[in-house]
Amino acid sequence: MTTVSSASPSLEGADSRNRLFGPLPDVSADAGYEEDHPSRVGFFTDTSVCIGCKACEVACKEWNTLPMDDANGVLGQMGMSGMSYDNTGQLGANSWRHVSFIEQSRSVDLPMPTIGMPGADRHDHGHDHGANAISPQADSVLAAQTSVLNAEALSEFDPQTSVTGGDGGTQIRWLMSSDVCKHCTHAGCLDVCPTGALFRTEFGTVVVQGDICNGCGYCVSACPYGVIDVRKDDGRAFKCTMCYDRLTDGLQPACATACPTQSIQFGDLDELQARADARLATLKSQGVETARLYGRDESDGVGGVGAFFLLLDEPEVYGLPPDPIVTTRDLPAMWKAAATGAAMIVGVVASSFLGRRR
Amino acid sequence: MAECHPVGFQWVTEAKARGAKIIHIDPRFTRTSAIADLHVPIRLGTDIAFLGALIKYVLDNDLYFREYVVAYTNAASLVGEDFVDTEDLDGLFSGFDPENGQYDETSWAYEPAEAPHASSDDPAGAAEQEAANQQDSVEASDQAQTHGSGGPTIPAKPKRDETLEHPRTVFQVLKRHFARYTPEMVSDVCGIEPEVFEQVAKWVTSNSNRDRTTAWVYSVGWTQHSVGAQYIRTASILQLLLGNIGRPGGGIMALRGHASIQGSTDVPTLYNLLPGYLPMPHASLHETLSDYVADAAGKGGFWGNKPAYITSMLKSWWGDEATAENDFAFDYIPKINGDHSSYRTIADMIAGKVHGYFLVGENPSVGHPNGKMNRFGLANLDWLVVRDLQMIESATFWKEGPEIESGEMAPETIGTEVFFMPAATHVEKEGTFTQTQRLLQWREKAVEPPMDARSDLWFYYHLGRILRERLASSTDPKDRPLQTLTWDYPLIGETADPDAAAVLREINGTGPDGRALSTYIDMKDDGSTTGGCWIYTGVYADEVNQAARRKPAREMGPVAGEWGWAWPLNRRMLYNRASADPDGKPWSERKAYVSWDEAAGRWVGEDVPDFEATKRPDYVPPEGARAQAAIGGADPFVMQGDGKGWLYAPAGLVDGPMPTHYEPSESVAENHLYAQQSSPTIERIAGPWNRENPSRSEVYPFQVTTYRLTEHHTAGAMSRTLPYLSELQPEFFVEVSPELAELRGLTNGEFATLISARTAIEAKVLVTERMRPIKLKGGQVVHQIGMPYHWSYAGLSTGDNANDLLGIVLDANTHIQEDKVSTADIVPGRRPRGPELLDYVEAYRMRAGVQSGRVGLNGRAPDEDPSAMEASGA
Amino acid sequence: MDERRASPGGKLPDVKTWLDAWPVFRQLTGNDPLGRGVAARSKATEQVVSRTATADRVVKSVCPYCAVGCAQRVFVKDEQVVQIEGDPDSPISRGRLCPKGSATKGLVNSPSRVTTVKYRRPYATDWEDLDLDTAMEMIADRVLEAREKGWQTMDAGKRVNRTMGFASLGGATLDNEENYLMKKLYSALGAVQIENQARI
Repeated sequence: MTTVSSASPSLEGADSRNRLFGPLPDVSADAGYEEDHPSRVGFFTDTSVCIGCKACEVACKEWNTLPMDDANGVLGQMGMSGMSYDNTGQLGANSWRHVSFIEQSRSVDLPMPTIGMPGADRHDHGHDHGANAISPQADSVLAAQTSVLNAEALSEFDPQTSVTGGDGGTQIRWLMSSDVCKHCTHAGCLDVCPTGALFRTEFGTVVVQGDICNGCGYCVSACPYGVIDVRKDDGRAFKCTMCYDRLTDGLQPACATACPTQSIQFGDLDELQARADARLATLKSQGVETARLYGRDESDGVGGVGAFFLLLDEPEVYGLPPDPIVTTRDLPAMWKAAATGAAMIVGVVASSFLGRRR
Repeated sequence: MAECHPVGFQWVTEAKARGAKIIHIDPRFTRTSAIADLHVPIRLGTDIAFLGALIKYVLDNDLYFREYVVAYTNAASLVGEDFVDTEDLDGLFSGFDPENGQYDETSWAYEPAEAPHASSDDPAGAAEQEAANQQDSVEASDQAQTHGSGGPTIPAKPKRDETLEHPRTVFQVLKRHFARYTPEMVSDVCGIEPEVFEQVAKWVTSNSNRDRTTAWVYSVGWTQHSVGAQYIRTASILQLLLGNIGRPGGGIMALRGHASIQGSTDVPTLYNLLPGYLPMPHASLHETLSDYVADAAGKGGFWGNKPAYITSMLKSWWGDEATAENDFAFDYIPKINGDHSSYRTIADMIAGKVHGYFLVGENPSVGHPNGKMNRFGLANLDWLVVRDLQMIESATFWKEGPEIESGEMAPETIGTEVFFMPAATHVEKEGTFTQTQRLLQWREKAVEPPMDARSDLWFYYHLGRILRERLASSTDPKDRPLQTLTWDYPLIGETADPDAAAVLREINGTGPDGRALSTYIDMKDDGSTTGGCWIYTGVYADEVNQAARRKPAREMGPVAGEWGWAWPLNRRMLYNRASADPDGKPWSERKAYVSWDEAAGRWVGEDVPDFEATKRPDYVPPEGARAQAAIGGADPFVMQGDGKGWLYAPAGLVDGPMPTHYEPSESVAENHLYAQQSSPTIERIAGPWNRENPSRSEVYPFQVTTYRLTEHHTAGAMSRTLPYLSELQPEFFVEVSPELAELRGLTNGEFATLISARTAIEAKVLVTERMRPIKLKGGQVVHQIGMPYHWSYAGLSTGDNANDLLGIVLDANTHIQEDKVSTADIVPGRRPRGPELLDYVEAYRMRAGVQSGRVGLNGRAPDEDPSAMEASGA
Repeated sequence: MDERRASPGGKLPDVKTWLDAWPVFRQLTGNDPLGRGVAARSKATEQVVSRTATADRVVKSVCPYCAVGCAQRVFVKDEQVVQIEGDPDSPISRGRLCPKGSATKGLVNSPSRVTTVKYRRPYATDWEDLDLDTAMEMIADRVLEAREKGWQTMDAGKRVNRTMGFASLGGATLDNEENYLMKKLYSALGAVQIENQARI
């Protein structure tokens, strides 16, 4: 086990333990944490209850003391984007949460789903008393209402006068979704980091260590989601840490703590996955056919993610890649050819480390 | 609600998860609409037409909660024969005096059970009413102010017909009044399709019965209209008919917009109120304390104890100085006799009648409509004190305001001396906020304020201390109120900050034993008790700061009665006796809340009953009973003189006993219902700086509304200065429909200029299908422009000031401005700069036939020579 | 939470040698052969601690923006506010905050806050500094003068005992106690044009 050898299993060119691709049941153990490490945690972002308030963006920046985007506090450099209510554009070194706003209009049904039970989901301080608890069977009116989806009822008429077009019947829908680093099972950023600045935490999350990062930027192009980025005036790479420091104090990440409607839910990943599956089933049963989970599938190109989503439309609509694949998927096959490169990486790690010691 | 009260909205999303239907009625499709089951785009300013049609729907289809309506409302009361409805006078009620634009409300009265002269059980009340009727000097603007919130005294008991069939019952009067408010009319006036109306009506009514309730939620989208009070009245009538008041899940919830705006009304810094909704004494009506409390003698309900409330307040303020011999120092309170409200005061400033002004956490240059008029007011003061966290526009108008660029102002000509006094933030002082549901929450002090920053408590205490020292030896009688004022509070720390808990205890009041009172019922009118604000009595019960209670929610039931403290007497839901039937039994198992426990002989429930705890449901007031004793056991509305919910207001409102649809002062549409275009009682403030856009003017052809965004806060001092909020909404913009963009050649992301009779402003354009044109009867298309109002020139996120575009016309009941709807033109490109801007706006005015808006220097009348020019030689 | 913090890494030999601290050595000798977890942990990572854990005290407060009244926990370290977040105990807000509420630390610590008195003389073109005590005395002078100038004992034949010489307009983030002292003092001075955002 302590053999110092280049014949380490990982360097054999095979990936029998799915270390670089495919499902991986315990990412923390794979990263060397003992069996008693905490459960893998994650975010389930349920966009069907997002109200686009951007509390997540602000709470994140306040906690992590991130620079203001675009302007760096300089007056006159900011401006309205013209893209609905989105003025921060995308995730980046300074925005670790980003809410996208998608305005859609169609002449077809665009059902807004019934919202989940935000209070019931909350496992830290649940509202156990059930104010006005409803007994479904005793409530025929309620039953009748939930069976009539509003969009169906509305599709028969035009709620507004259409002035220009003769088509009428246009419905509008405003989708909002808070994007974040996915904390992939197979994190390209981590895998390509030559300095060991990116690492897997005991919580199974992926974090950049500012005291190591030398700003080489390999991680930026390795991220299939375009999440991680280098901060211009700093030179180093930054992204969501899932509030690693807060987790060590038993707290939830800042964004999930703030989120008014529990669109952002934090917790043990397996619990979140179960909750998301149930939520999806509820929506489907209500006729919200377009609902889907994104990043939930462990056999996808990144082995599933730690921060996954319930979307109401195609991922592309939200600016998410439909089929993300970790950029290091083919790395094992490349290992032999890359032996020299690998040695060089070790060298870079060493020099970086030495640099840090001084 | 998702936009402006996102955290409160979690309860809406939770209700939705439990099966509630969420309907969002708003001209714009907002973040609330995005989550709602149904968004109903309504034409600006037509809510009474819409709500009135719901009332008609309820009445026509017998969907009202009959037992509730008969027992708990004034539906069965008979209106007098002299009353004539708007339906018969084409938009006016009987009693209108076109000369001075005000109503004589005499003809709106009930028909007395006996002839008025025989109402011997209520001689004082009748006398008071008579006296009030003789007071010609009570201007229209005062009428709504003279009663406080207890409302007017009803001169005599009305005749009743509990079958509701007599043609002059309130019920039948209401039916006739709203007879023409049909779904088709809603379509014509509001631009809402009959099918959509039908859907709303069905959802609302199918959720309003013994087992179910419907809640209405509003904000300033209802109040900031020339008929704002009547908007709320319409909702009240609907909710009373449906039995949705005083029951769990019901109600009409005003979502207020500031941390303690409820508290600022309860403990008012308002000209017409004393603490606890007691009226400010009126010069003509209230020459003595006995005049002031005369109406209480004939008043049933808890307002009948007005003498105890005011006497206790006077004792809190003047202590031993207040004695029975000197009317408890009643005369030390200054008297009002007109509209002394904010906008009138601004006009008086321009006229040079007001010399000094304190702005305490308020930024009128940005937050008030007609910013220019506000700035002209500030420019004509001798001195101005601004207390704030940031250097707000109202403190820098003299060197950076838009009028400097336009040439209407110049620093060298402005004589206003300005003191900027840095304020403490909410974590740098202790005290209570009262949130939107009347809940007081105590804040602990976290850190000391930096440098010269001080709490407002510090500022006013020490200002008072200095003034008292200055006048200590004065013999001028007018200084006596200040000399004898109780002004001793423990001082804490190096800065000598007054102890806020001691102030809260004074507000609570004390009994004859000197201990904190637990209830205002114990207040006396003999000077033996104190209490600065009677509705807050109990917040310091048992000498404990009840507002500081923080029992975790998970350890309490849904009422959560041990978190903070709600007025009155920690009741979390007002009028909750209505959650039980007249016999005191819950209307249904599902909606049980407070009910009569015969065995225990008292009202019980999770909440504190909003009723005398041991008053039996079958209690009938004896002859001559007063105050709460005059309220029957089945009369839940204990603050009303008759204990009833009012479907019809026989007195108390200056613009009519029932709501009526009028077009806004600035409307692009004709009133489809009446010849009377807009409310006949609108209060106006005339001047070249406050010109009005004519109704249905082709020069100002589009409707405009203002609102807030989630990312910013009101006038912006607390958000435009913060980087993390500024970047989220970085500049001023307006929202327009693709149709309007095409019509006017507007481009998404580019500038447009909006023009009104006040000024022209520029904004970035956001073209969005969330804004939609509305087609009215006859094919008229109404374009509506959405305009968030947070911006001005200071801070990180900047832009022109939306409120500069608006004029000021007021609801005469409240003196609140109509800024939720106005008109304007919009054209592509940026606005002219400098004096060209003035020419540009004047040209519009001329085309529209509006009087000139040219003003002299600093807003004075053009012919007034600004002698200040010479004075600036220094 | 304590166990999480106690031993996040693997069982590295507790020998403080240069070699042990060298990630590559740890990578090649520990359970983390790819160097992506335990072996990659930096010194800063090992020392990471939450500001909430090191705060000197936590103070109960209420959000100063809208009227929902969300409860806040204010974390103070060395007499500085280091974090403000929702209080999960609140039955109103259940620990949640909107973007404005989430920005309150920035509000309190804002670098653009003005924390000293600024004074603008009549007809001046710029601000001057002014001592707080002097400012208070000057304001007191002006209140008395304006009060006198606008004093009315009678109006329209009725006794009013008031001054129309100065006015006040408060924001609705004033505490109840502050509003109370304002109304009390102003009334004793005879001032009636006392208004608040609550009217607006």
